[in-house]
Amino acid sequence: MLDAVPLIVGGIPFGIIFGTLALNAGLDVWQTMGMSSIVFAGSAQFVAIGMLATGTSIGFIVATTLIVNLRHLIYAASMLPHVKHLDQRWRIPLGFLLIDEVFAATYPRYLNHAQDKNNHWHYLGVGVAFYVSWNIATVIGIFFGATIPGIENWGLDFAMSATFIGMVIPHLVNKPMIAAVLTSAVLSIITYQLPHKIGLVISAIVAMAVGYYLEQHQPRKKT
Amino acid sequence: MNIWLLIILMAMVTFSIRYALYARANSIKLPAKLEQALKFSAPCVLTAILVPAVLMPQGELTVTFDNPYLFGAIIAILVALWKKNILLTIVISMGCFFAYKWLLL
Repeated sequence: MLDAVPLIVGGIPFGIIFGTLALNAGLDVWQTMGMSSIVFAGSAQFVAIGMLATGTSIGFIVATTLIVNLRHLIYAASMLPHVKHLDQRWRIPLGFLLIDEVFAATYPRYLNHAQDKNNHWHYLGVGVAFYVSWNIATVIGIFFGATIPGIENWGLDFAMSATFIGMVIPHLVNKPMIAAVLTSAVLSIITYQLPHKIGLVISAIVAMAVGYYLEQHQPRKKT
Repeated sequence: MNIWLLIILMAMVTFSIRYALYARANSIKLPAKLEQALKFSAPCVLTAILVPAVLMPQGELTVTFDNPYLFGAIIAILVALWKKNILLTIVISMGCFFAYKWLLL
């Protein structure tokens, strides 16, 4: 369960800003909590309240949610071989909890401890821990947003970037992975202006293809 | 505008995306090539999220000394390369980020 601690530390500041911004965007306290507890999708929540603040219609916001969350399909596909022995009673909560941080903390464990029979408990534990902390952080944001003006300009969102850097760097141990990550980095900048953050999905897919191609074509060190 | 309707629709869309493949996990067999490529998924997606957040915090490419996000990210990369400890990476780089931001003001 210690694997969840860094995610929580990185996620709390982000949840706090969400609570603050949601009130500014016109949501009431319960609606703000509803988003964090029922939707539970950090980046889509931010995009949604941003669009609400500019008066975008519900249909557009829902469509954008779909596209922003398409990356979860990549996560689900990655996890597929590891959850198919579980019954639906497990798969439903595990699916609900499949967010960036939980996937990034859980997937390496499945790869490195493939024979461990309790990996789904680890997945569930990390997911629940993050879920609880995300909702507590939202409450804190709701409370402080009203009492500390300007908290949304502190730059608390840097916590997410710091968390992700800490998660990506340990993967950079071979050339295909390094090339894939650099490809993703460059493409994410180039495609940033595309609508609905679809550039994120394009960048990741092209980068994965680059990594796969290089891995297949590199000289084998071990046979 | 009915915000509760929006929240419920967002929740349905989000959960559907995450659960769709899980729901039929037994009958879906991914091609071996795709499974190989998916090994790269986590670092690539996280990178595509974090790089614009760091280099374009205001929506425009800002590779200058007055971008504290870039400074903090460089510190985070150095700490992560040094210790490979996520918690340490977050704490040190956030400390540097806020210090740098404060010094810039």
